[in-house]
Amino acid sequence: MAIVVKRPKLKWWEQLYLPAIFKGLGITLRHFIATVRGKKKVTMQYPEEKWNDHLPEHYRGAPALVTDEQDRERCVACQLCEFICPPRAITIKPEEIPSDDQWAKVEKRPKAFEIDMIRCIYCGLCEEVCPEQAIFLRKDYSITGTSRAEMVHDKERLYEIGGKRVGLVNKWNELK
Amino acid sequence: MDWTFLAISAVKIIGLVFLTIMPMVAYSVWAERRVSAAIQDRVGPNRVGIAGLLQPIADGLKFILKEDFTPSHVRKTYYWMAPALTMVPSLLTCAVLPFGSKLFGEKMVIADLDVGPLFVFAIASLSVYGIVLAGWASNSKYPFFGGVRSTSQMISYEISLGLSIVPLLMIFGTLNLGEIVQYQAVEGWTLLPIWGEEPLWKKAIIAVPMFISFVIFMTSIFAETNRLPFDLPECETELVAGYHTEYSSMKFALFFLGEYAAMIIGSGLAVTLFFGGWSLPFGWLAPESIDAEIPWWHGFIHMGAFFGKVIAIILFFIWIRWSLPRFRYDQLMRLGWVFFFEIAVINVILTAVLLIWLKPGI
Repeated sequence: MAIVVKRPKLKWWEQLYLPAIFKGLGITLRHFIATVRGKKKVTMQYPEEKWNDHLPEHYRGAPALVTDEQDRERCVACQLCEFICPPRAITIKPEEIPSDDQWAKVEKRPKAFEIDMIRCIYCGLCEEVCPEQAIFLRKDYSITGTSRAEMVHDKERLYEIGGKRVGLVNKWNELK
Repeated sequence: MDWTFLAISAVKIIGLVFLTIMPMVAYSVWAERRVSAAIQDRVGPNRVGIAGLLQPIADGLKFILKEDFTPSHVRKTYYWMAPALTMVPSLLTCAVLPFGSKLFGEKMVIADLDVGPLFVFAIASLSVYGIVLAGWASNSKYPFFGGVRSTSQMISYEISLGLSIVPLLMIFGTLNLGEIVQYQAVEGWTLLPIWGEEPLWKKAIIAVPMFISFVIFMTSIFAETNRLPFDLPECETELVAGYHTEYSSMKFALFFLGEYAAMIIGSGLAVTLFFGGWSLPFGWLAPESIDAEIPWWHGFIHMGAFFGKVIAIILFFIWIRWSLPRFRYDQLMRLGWVFFFEIAVINVILTAVLLIWLKPGI
């Protein structure tokens, strides 16, 4: 059954529409004055003001590799992140650590570690899956480049973004 | 041939049209964007130059450098004519606007015609041809609808626009816009008649039909210039962009600028008829008569007063645009034909009766 919507009967001054028009003009004028006087916080002036100080702790920016307190690369080239990565942005070439190395007992390390930032969807699954806590999503969000090749982060660049992280798992330490 | 007259006219045309109206058009676009942004709690263009003041130049450069694309299905001749036909009448109408009293013994009006308002309406109604031609020549459905809508809208509102100023002309007793302003400088502005020799109560009574005229005039000007709340011809929710859907680059810019130029001329006419043109309030610095010699700095102050008032009305236009929603088409027609037309006719009769009662002499 159709519902009949009751329209309110307008008074004669309401039918003139002029009071409503003036009311509307008043509202827009109030907004105008408030904005011009700077009473309203509008938007962030992006390139000058940046998000950096306002990002939440859990922000998911560019993924990066980290080293531990002894500058050893945490990544053991298990390739779990490569397998979990939904858009297949990660490419790892593992290599064996030579026996005369200080960290020979770790056995594997990445020879090349590339993340294609055009593909990356910042989902954070690589961080979640990493058993060594070697890959983290940092707060870098404006990843730009002028070519496709430039947008592929190699190992060097990934460590540059990631830096050093201390106080995490210590299973490869001498103490253990 | 009077070469001095020609030279002076040329200087006035260049000074008014190219050095004043054109920059005003550019900067009213800027003002439109900044004011609308402020009304909607945004920032608006603020990057190019200080506070975005160079934005119009950047926009103009962009329009000139863009590809001037002509679709293959249009009627080329009319398609090319239409933008010019919108822009030219808008600029032509400013010929009769008195934008100042006198400067160095010269009347500050390009053509001192004795049929000022009639000339404005005659030329301004030509700008509908630009829109109709654009709609028809584009050979596509949305521009066509825009053109058709524009025709009926302009015809409807032109009648009430013309009728709304008849009461004013009855009071002024002249069609020369310069003399109309001179009258208001001495006797009080049409909407603010609180100085002059006439007793105040008589003027207060006369101001009532003047205010009705003003409401009808302003609303009709909105409809004539296709501004919101009457921008049905280019209503983007229904018609993509209306009559200029198929236009790009500088041709689109001409439509755009023509609309703003029409808005400025409309404001100028409203100022001249209702707010005393170039005259200052309370009869300050008012010349004795239209031909009286005045110091040159009075002339500059009068010009400043005129353009100040015009800018205020333009800001009012912008303010209205960002406050009110668009009318439905049947409402627009109803408003024009059922209300404004009748009210304007009654207003003419009312003013005539009041004039017979209050000023039996004229």
